[in-house]
Amino acid sequence: MAENEPLIIAFCCHYCAYAAADLAGSMRLQYPTNVRVLKLPCTGKLEVNYLLTAFERGVDGVIVAGCLEGGCHFLEGNLRARRRVERAREILGEIGLEPERVEMFNLSSAEGPRFAQIVTEMSTRLTKLGPSPLRPERTTLEEGVRELTLQAEANLSGEKHDRCQP
Amino acid sequence: MIVANRKNIREIRDMIKDHKRVLLVGCGTCVTVCLAGGERETGILGSALRMALKLDDREGVVVDECTIERQCDDAFIDALGSHGAEYDAICSFGCGAGVQALAERFPKTAVYPGLNTQFMGILEAQGVWTEKCSGCGNCRLGEFAGICPITRCSKRLFNGPCGGSRDGECEVREGLDCAWQLIYDRAREIGMLDKLESIATPHDWSSGLDGGTRKVVREDQCIAGLGPKA
Repeated sequence: MAENEPLIIAFCCHYCAYAAADLAGSMRLQYPTNVRVLKLPCTGKLEVNYLLTAFERGVDGVIVAGCLEGGCHFLEGNLRARRRVERAREILGEIGLEPERVEMFNLSSAEGPRFAQIVTEMSTRLTKLGPSPLRPERTTLEEGVRELTLQAEANLSGEKHDRCQP
Repeated sequence: MIVANRKNIREIRDMIKDHKRVLLVGCGTCVTVCLAGGERETGILGSALRMALKLDDREGVVVDECTIERQCDDAFIDALGSHGAEYDAICSFGCGAGVQALAERFPKTAVYPGLNTQFMGILEAQGVWTEKCSGCGNCRLGEFAGICPITRCSKRLFNGPCGGSRDGECEVREGLDCAWQLIYDRAREIGMLDKLESIATPHDWSSGLDGGTRKVVREDQCIAGLGPKA
């Protein structure tokens, strides 16, 4: 991957976007390779701090991809996620980072081409915006994203942590 | 519960501008429930603040966060152990009582508020909190069918509504219920209208905010030698 190519994290719902990404692969669709997919049981699991932590690690953009509105497996997880994405955008604006670096998309599991289109669209947008001012050098960034993925997996598996350890 | 909302990031950033090591302390009680200063919100602010400082070229500043069960109780601050003293500033995400409890516990450390404490209230609907109690120290809810005219009437009237009550709404702000309409409706519902016929006596404000810090002492609960300061 080129040093200046944007790095994107995609938080994908297990029931739609993750399957759509899988389908995009099965269909041999071409889309930018700079996206790292992180599976969520539902976008309703997404918290604002997941998004902010991703930016803190230096990613250039974040995609949140959930089910079509009205089609959430857990009824309204995707609607809640949309509001959380809005809140994260407000906070990014408040600290001086472009809010358009994060966006919520809705798609169904049958929309492999749409997934490829979303990644391409975000990649183009982020290339235009330029790298995040918080971005470390490439290897540190990749390492940070890997760590983040592991952390998210641990959170999702319900691993306990001590909340009073700064 | 005590309801608060967070200060904006710029304000917090300005408060801590002279410090190199800052600990954000969340509180696991009221402000967690009102989604202002619990573990999650403190984490969000921690991330946002670290990014804001980095964007300001102040990368060397350490911002850590942790959350304790209850800031307003010194025994729970024990959970912080010696961590507090390792920082040159603490930003509390508790209510005003929490901020001051931390300041008392760490006398040599600067302590700042991360929240604006608003009121004592209840959860009206998901994400909406409304004020219900002013803590006047002399509760008279029994006289007013369980609805407080001090907190909920814009003019704090004790003897019926003013002329600004229109269709159950207060003239002061759109969407604000007229407390006296609520009092009347509820008194009628529970058969207490006769109580409203007598003139309510003036309120004893001496138990209120004026006259310095209020204190509640339960002698039977005090431990000898560890009693309250005179």
